[in-house]
Amino acid sequence: MTETPKPIAALADTGPTAPPRSQWRDVWDQFRSHRGALIGSIVLIAIIAAVFLGPLVWPYDATFIDIRARNQGPSWAHPFGTDQLGRDTLARMMAGGQTSIAVGLTAMLLALVLGSLVGVLAGFFRRLDGPLMRLTDLFLSLPLLPLLLVMVLLFRESLNGVFGPETGIFILIVVAIGVTSWMPTARIVRGDVLALKEREFILAARSIGTTNFGLITRHILPNVMSPIMVSATLGIANAIITESALSFLGLGFPPDFPTWGRLLNDAVQYLQDYPERVFWPGLGISLTVLSINYMGDGLRDALDPRIRGR
Amino acid sequence: MLTYTIRRFVLAIPTLLFISLVIFLLLELAPGDPMAQVPLTVPPEVKEKMRLALGLGEPTHIRFVKWMWQFFVVEPMMFIDWLFGTAWAEGQQRVLSWQFRSPVMDVIVQRMPQTLWVVAMSYVVGILIALPIGIYSAYRQYSVFDQTGTFVTMVGYSVPPFFSGVLVIVIFSVQLGWLPSIYDTTLVVVDWATFKQQLMQMIMPVMVLALQTTAQISRFMRASMLDNLNQDYVRTARAKGLSEWSVVMVHVLRNSMIPVITVIALGVPSIFGGAIITEQIFKVNGLGQLLITAIEANDLPMVQTVTFMIAVLIVFFNIVADVLYGVFDPRIRYD
Repeated sequence: MTETPKPIAALADTGPTAPPRSQWRDVWDQFRSHRGALIGSIVLIAIIAAVFLGPLVWPYDATFIDIRARNQGPSWAHPFGTDQLGRDTLARMMAGGQTSIAVGLTAMLLALVLGSLVGVLAGFFRRLDGPLMRLTDLFLSLPLLPLLLVMVLLFRESLNGVFGPETGIFILIVVAIGVTSWMPTARIVRGDVLALKEREFILAARSIGTTNFGLITRHILPNVMSPIMVSATLGIANAIITESALSFLGLGFPPDFPTWGRLLNDAVQYLQDYPERVFWPGLGISLTVLSINYMGDGLRDALDPRIRGR
Repeated sequence: MLTYTIRRFVLAIPTLLFISLVIFLLLELAPGDPMAQVPLTVPPEVKEKMRLALGLGEPTHIRFVKWMWQFFVVEPMMFIDWLFGTAWAEGQQRVLSWQFRSPVMDVIVQRMPQTLWVVAMSYVVGILIALPIGIYSAYRQYSVFDQTGTFVTMVGYSVPPFFSGVLVIVIFSVQLGWLPSIYDTTLVVVDWATFKQQLMQMIMPVMVLALQTTAQISRFMRASMLDNLNQDYVRTARAKGLSEWSVVMVHVLRNSMIPVITVIALGVPSIFGGAIITEQIFKVNGLGQLLITAIEANDLPMVQTVTFMIAVLIVFFNIVADVLYGVFDPRIRYD
């Protein structure tokens, strides 16, 4: 008499024991293990909080002129000192940081949208690939800093007339930086889309009648999110540096409208007498960019499934 | 390889034409009139003649073609004349600067040496510092040297030149008083003392520009070395009993240099862009400073020519990078 055969071991398995983990949980775990990235994000959040929430608690206004308290060194009333018109440097740093970070974020968003659009279109539609990539190459060969300077010089007056001096220059600088920095994103996205397009799940989606628009938004875009996110972080850093460089060269925001680059430019003029004044705006720019770069490094590692979990 | 190079150079021509058109049309929109500084007592017909003498007063497309003719034909002919003493370009109109009322190229030739000295020197210094750092920190990955090196290059990558430049001025010129903060371009090196002076004034601009170069290139060098150090051929080389020096410095380094060389070639034009800011800080009257003053003075022919020359550099070094990649990496076949 034969015994009843035992069921195969695999069939006797009682479901997965560990709780399911989402992808973003894995990403976060990997990101957390990158010490530089973690410190970078904390510093960045601290800077953003200080810059945007600081003015709510700090009594001085960035444009308040107290001519009797001018050119002061650090004191309890003015921890960072005052400038040549007696304006509080801490308040100006906060106001400047708001503009610099806002410019960085908006310009990055613009560059990201442009770059992803060009990249996805070029990668997805074969007929558009040639022309769009030639366009990208052309933009990559343009001398960007001189062109930015020329653009700011040419359109400053006319935009000031339409939107007022502050909004006008903000729009101008954001657009100028945005349209000159989308190319790396476009190239990376195109490469990824080209590889994705040949995969089976795209074929499957197409076979059940998904439209091109549906394919791009539902299947392609979520899969190219990680390179887009990495280039977004680096894009913010790049945009902040470019804006500061323009302001430093005197072709950015007007003097009464502080940004970190502008503050640095103002401080350089008093370099002989008050050399310590260049320190804070420069530190603001450098620390922000440094923490963003570290964040980008960590994000790149965290979003790469080949590195993750090692 | 040769056909590829020729093809790339031929393809660069439409690119450059397009770029020059973009720059030209952008500048076409510029407000401002080169005659604004001329006194009101000058009669209008004289003004009209002055305008024509500057190459203005004609439709846009004709001026564009004329500018191209002047830039691509007359200026090279002038150069050949100067070189061999011929007189080909005699009586031809050249690209005139509005602010100097003299040929743009003459001004550029005056300014070129300063920029080349500072920029080229800093690029070479930066590369020379970057390569050993990158090699050693990859060889001893996660060591103290690697950690410090990675951090320092990250800082150098993040601190913009307009802050590092001002910072070194504050430290070395204002506080310590060791180095001059202004680059004196009239200095002629004739003896030991002037040579020392020249060296002193070059240290800071070169340091600032080299910091940027070092940061970028040593990161690439490290990553490229790390890619190669774990390859099988390295184990083979060690198993054959080669010395550690020849394994790392010959086998690994030669393979790792391939991507780094292209990065070095691609970085040459961008260093000219960075020089715009550095020259402004240290008051070097080179090409970058010329561009800024030309933009501020509304000197459109000057802006156009300098910008276009930078574009030519970018396109040229892109080709150089691609060709070098093909020359050094036998796996790449362009034909």
